[in-house]
Amino acid sequence: MYTSWFDRNLKWIYVLPAVIFVLVMMLFPILYTVRISFFEWSMSAITPPKWVGFDNYKTLLTQERFWKATGHTISFTLVAMVLEVILGVAIAMLLSRQFRGKNFVKTVFLLPMVATPVAMGLVWLLIYEPTIGAANMLLKSMGLKPLLWLASPNQALSSLIIVDVWQWTPMIALIVMAGLATIPSEPYEAADVDGAGRWRKFVSITLPLLKPTILVAAMLRLIDVLKTFDIIYATTQGGPNLSTETLNIYGYVLGFQYFKLGTASSLLVLFFGLVMGLTLFMIWMRKRMEGQYD
Amino acid sequence: MNKSRKRWFGGGLTLALAASLLAGCGGNSDNNSASGSNSPSAPAASGSAAAKPFEGKSINLVTANHPWAEAIKPLIPDFEAATGMKVNVESFFEDQLTQKLTVQFTAGSETPDVFMFRPLQEGKLFFKNGWLHPLDEYVNKDPNYDFADISKSAVGTATVDGKIAGIPIITEQEILYYRKDLLQAAGIEVPKTIDELVVAAKKLHDPSKGMYGFVARGQRSPLVTQVSSFLYGEGADFLKDDKATINTPEAVKAFTTYGTLLKDYGPPGVLNMSWPQAFGIFGQGKVAFLTDANSLYKNATDPAKSQVADKVGFAPFPAGSAGSKPYNITSWGLAVNAKSADKEAAWEFIKWATSKEIVLKTQEKGNPGARASVWDNPEGTTGFPPELVAVIKESVKGGVDHDRPTVINVGEARDAVGEIVQKIMTGEKNIQPVADKANEALQAIIDQDKNK
Repeated sequence: MYTSWFDRNLKWIYVLPAVIFVLVMMLFPILYTVRISFFEWSMSAITPPKWVGFDNYKTLLTQERFWKATGHTISFTLVAMVLEVILGVAIAMLLSRQFRGKNFVKTVFLLPMVATPVAMGLVWLLIYEPTIGAANMLLKSMGLKPLLWLASPNQALSSLIIVDVWQWTPMIALIVMAGLATIPSEPYEAADVDGAGRWRKFVSITLPLLKPTILVAAMLRLIDVLKTFDIIYATTQGGPNLSTETLNIYGYVLGFQYFKLGTASSLLVLFFGLVMGLTLFMIWMRKRMEGQYD
Repeated sequence: MNKSRKRWFGGGLTLALAASLLAGCGGNSDNNSASGSNSPSAPAASGSAAAKPFEGKSINLVTANHPWAEAIKPLIPDFEAATGMKVNVESFFEDQLTQKLTVQFTAGSETPDVFMFRPLQEGKLFFKNGWLHPLDEYVNKDPNYDFADISKSAVGTATVDGKIAGIPIITEQEILYYRKDLLQAAGIEVPKTIDELVVAAKKLHDPSKGMYGFVARGQRSPLVTQVSSFLYGEGADFLKDDKATINTPEAVKAFTTYGTLLKDYGPPGVLNMSWPQAFGIFGQGKVAFLTDANSLYKNATDPAKSQVADKVGFAPFPAGSAGSKPYNITSWGLAVNAKSADKEAAWEFIKWATSKEIVLKTQEKGNPGARASVWDNPEGTTGFPPELVAVIKESVKGGVDHDRPTVINVGEARDAVGEIVQKIMTGEKNIQPVADKANEALQAIIDQDKNK
């Protein structure tokens, strides 16, 4: 009796745990956030959430601070991602050759990636310290003028991009190295016969064959950089003067410092839309590019 | 066969992971009392149950990582022995503490029963959200407790809508820290007014030798509490009778003084400094003057943290045109969770922790308390340098009972005020429009409060 019922519904039963997991841990929080985004609520036990319709969205979209945060998020993401991809490919090319101590160098390159972000943030805070930090010591030893780094509204965002590039370029390099290993050797042999130079081989063979890998790596990184929180919160908390406040940081401030759960939720919904949109764009671009070589 | 077994395994694993995640989410803090103060053998099965009305009961206490918590933890076993109650303690850093409390209260949790909170930062919001149990009915029950002995302004800080939201445990005032050796070498008197401070800071400021005149908090939100005494000294305030007043000429003058001191005579990078960095650079001997809370004095006088430990002087906050008006506030209090299952037990703990005897003991460890009798007791001041005691006694006289805008949404209000000062520090010359805009923002926050 039971067995036959089980047998008939086995395909549903097997996936059930995964479905429940997705529903409870992913879909529910997202839908709940969307719901709260239409309410005004300070988490009070006495005053229930108040329905305000699209007011939270209106507040945000007409606010200078929100658009500045959006700008910071986008410029931080794009600059960091592009630098990481370029450096990552370059490092992968270097490491793909055979040389002594290659494994040691590979391990060292991966270290920033495995370090705890908050701890790294605090270390960089010290490095960037204008009076006693290592960054300014280096500049001074090269005869350059010391900078204010994180303490200057104009330099803070760039300083944070450097930290992100330092930390995550190895990930791109790792993925690209895996991609390099899958490239067959025949095209290179053919190119040798034709007398192509190193640069020509790189541009005409390696890059086109690596393109799918690079795009995947860039997409993974894009989603991650957009969501960067830890290193910013550990170093500047969005300052000085909000110059490093990204959407993620602003959302945190709205929720846990201003206790405006409704506004914070509507910001997160907008942010979710932004991440979704950019990701879909990247997927679409990848498909289009792949089509070129069919 | 092999394949289906693999699938079973995969499904089972997912289930197990999901279950453990859910368990992780729903778990409360009952059992994970991380602190070392609990003896593992819990119920002391002695026969004197009549003398121990709380035998077998237990409460959960959540504290900040604060010197007061370090001082009280070793004393808790005595309390447990006397009452038969068991106290589970957990400690968190300030920011995590607020977050943890917020999340637990939102979920309607019965724990913690007793917790440390910052009356001026979270008091109003927590109270209006119905998370705090008013303590008015308890404080006068036991005449031995002597509630009247606790400083009026300290209690005032912890009062919301006429109800006592919590009992003060730490009080603080803003004072001036200075380098005795530098002032002596330059033949400068300890500044008594803000104008004298500016002149002295300018004289001692010598960046080419790595020496800076003045340091204080420069981060947007943290600086607000420290600029408040400058504000009061000019006769200004954040708000008066529900009207925002941070764009008045007096207020702008105070902000400009503070911002300009930091811009012209401060160390590089001051824009990103809160108190740990400010005390850090002062402790490295690179700065002549520092203004901040007296409760943090150990950061300047502890040889492990400061290279100038024996050269630090203390002075009352310099006077502005309206006199010396430092803040004199309750920075930390103890409160009872409105949902606590055993409020009597929770109060019993607070009563003990804020009793004359225990306040004396915690104050001896350098935690400035709120009890007048303890301050009058010579033993009560042994935890502080004598010079500092004199300064504290002086500061309490003209003190103002708040150090930030007294609204529900303190976080947002602080950011509005902080922006003015940060703009001055980044060299903005025309500050009136900035102040007007910030004033509007603050007014909007005040108006929101009225609807609650």
